[in-house]
Amino acid sequence: MVFFANSLQGIGAFVLNSLASLGRASLFLSQVLLGIKDVLLRPQLLIKELYSVGVLSLLIIVFSAIFVGMVLSLLGYVTLVDFGAESSLGVLVSLSLIRELGPVLSALLFSGRAGSALTAEIGLMKATEQLASMEMMAVDPIRRIVTPRFLAGFISLPLLTIIFMALGIYAGYLVGSVWLGVDEGSYWSLMQNKVEFWHDVVNGVIKSVVFGFVVTWVAVYQGYSAIPTSEGVSRATTNSVVYSALAVLGLDFILTAMMFIN
Amino acid sequence: MGSSRKIEIFVGAFVLVALLAFLVLAMNISNLGSLGSDKGYEVTAQFDNVGGLQPRAKVTLSGVAVGRVTVISYDKESFQAVVTMKINSGVDYLPSDTQASIYTSGLLGEQYISLEPGAEDDVLTEGSAVTLTQSAVVLEEIIGKLLVSFTTKD
Repeated sequence: MVFFANSLQGIGAFVLNSLASLGRASLFLSQVLLGIKDVLLRPQLLIKELYSVGVLSLLIIVFSAIFVGMVLSLLGYVTLVDFGAESSLGVLVSLSLIRELGPVLSALLFSGRAGSALTAEIGLMKATEQLASMEMMAVDPIRRIVTPRFLAGFISLPLLTIIFMALGIYAGYLVGSVWLGVDEGSYWSLMQNKVEFWHDVVNGVIKSVVFGFVVTWVAVYQGYSAIPTSEGVSRATTNSVVYSALAVLGLDFILTAMMFIN
Repeated sequence: MGSSRKIEIFVGAFVLVALLAFLVLAMNISNLGSLGSDKGYEVTAQFDNVGGLQPRAKVTLSGVAVGRVTVISYDKESFQAVVTMKINSGVDYLPSDTQASIYTSGLLGEQYISLEPGAEDDVLTEGSAVTLTQSAVVLEEIIGKLLVSFTTKD
């Protein structure tokens, strides 16, 4: 009986804690969004963050896009050639990159490369009391520190995803057509027939906009609410990557079910 | 200000590359370049059987894609399937007695609608109906007919 009550209490405490932290994160988000107008008045802050969040993530995005495209093309060819359907290779590569792999892989890489850095940076600022001293100087740390980073992440991820998709498809073309000898004309023309701009490309970009919002929200919130010790910052960084990955994968299923089932 | 200028140049290049990639996705990879997506007029056609026809299937004229299937529904008055298709606005010269048939591309490929122009002077416009139709060929029906013709031979 005692055991039963204890476990019931455990479940209750877990649910209440989760709800409370969700509420705190939402309040935090509304404060961050309120600071957008201040950031837009001083775009210098945003551009600096766009550099460290977006431009510096470019290398890993380009690298993985090329390799994902090449592997996809190689494996797709091996399967399709048995049915004499290797001319559909372009459709396979482009649809899987545009609908699924582009948005999801970019978001996962982005949370590992940029999201964790954002969390660690903001968490360390909190641990070394830089945020508190800003508040002492009547500078709102959310508007000065968090909002530019949030906006930069939100803008960068869709741009990185678009680069990922285009590069992956060209890398797939290199392996499929130039190396394995799939007819170049059918690679592109079947792809153009099957890939719809509004249905596929725009929905893929919408996915990445949602992921960009969620990943940066998780990253800046984890950093801002980190326990101000070295252990707390390390835990916040881990949580940031794990939670963003779970959120991206879960949301991806919901978005795919909403967009591509008909 | 040297480093700030460098950062701005990098960010500008980053945004430019992304826009360029988006343009490639729109024009070179998706069908935005080849098929006008929204401009066009809609006509309907009633079929006894649409087989495996799907929304967004091609509508062709002598093999040239001139439109897409938008909606497939069922008409409870005539007990027939109603296929609504959007035809590109450039193709405004289809006679009103145009015939619509459902064909399959390749042996196992997807199904599409093929239009064969008639001889009338009136043309199809927004909302007109194609009355001459030929249903999709269902493999089981053919096999069934074949079996019947075999067994009734002697």
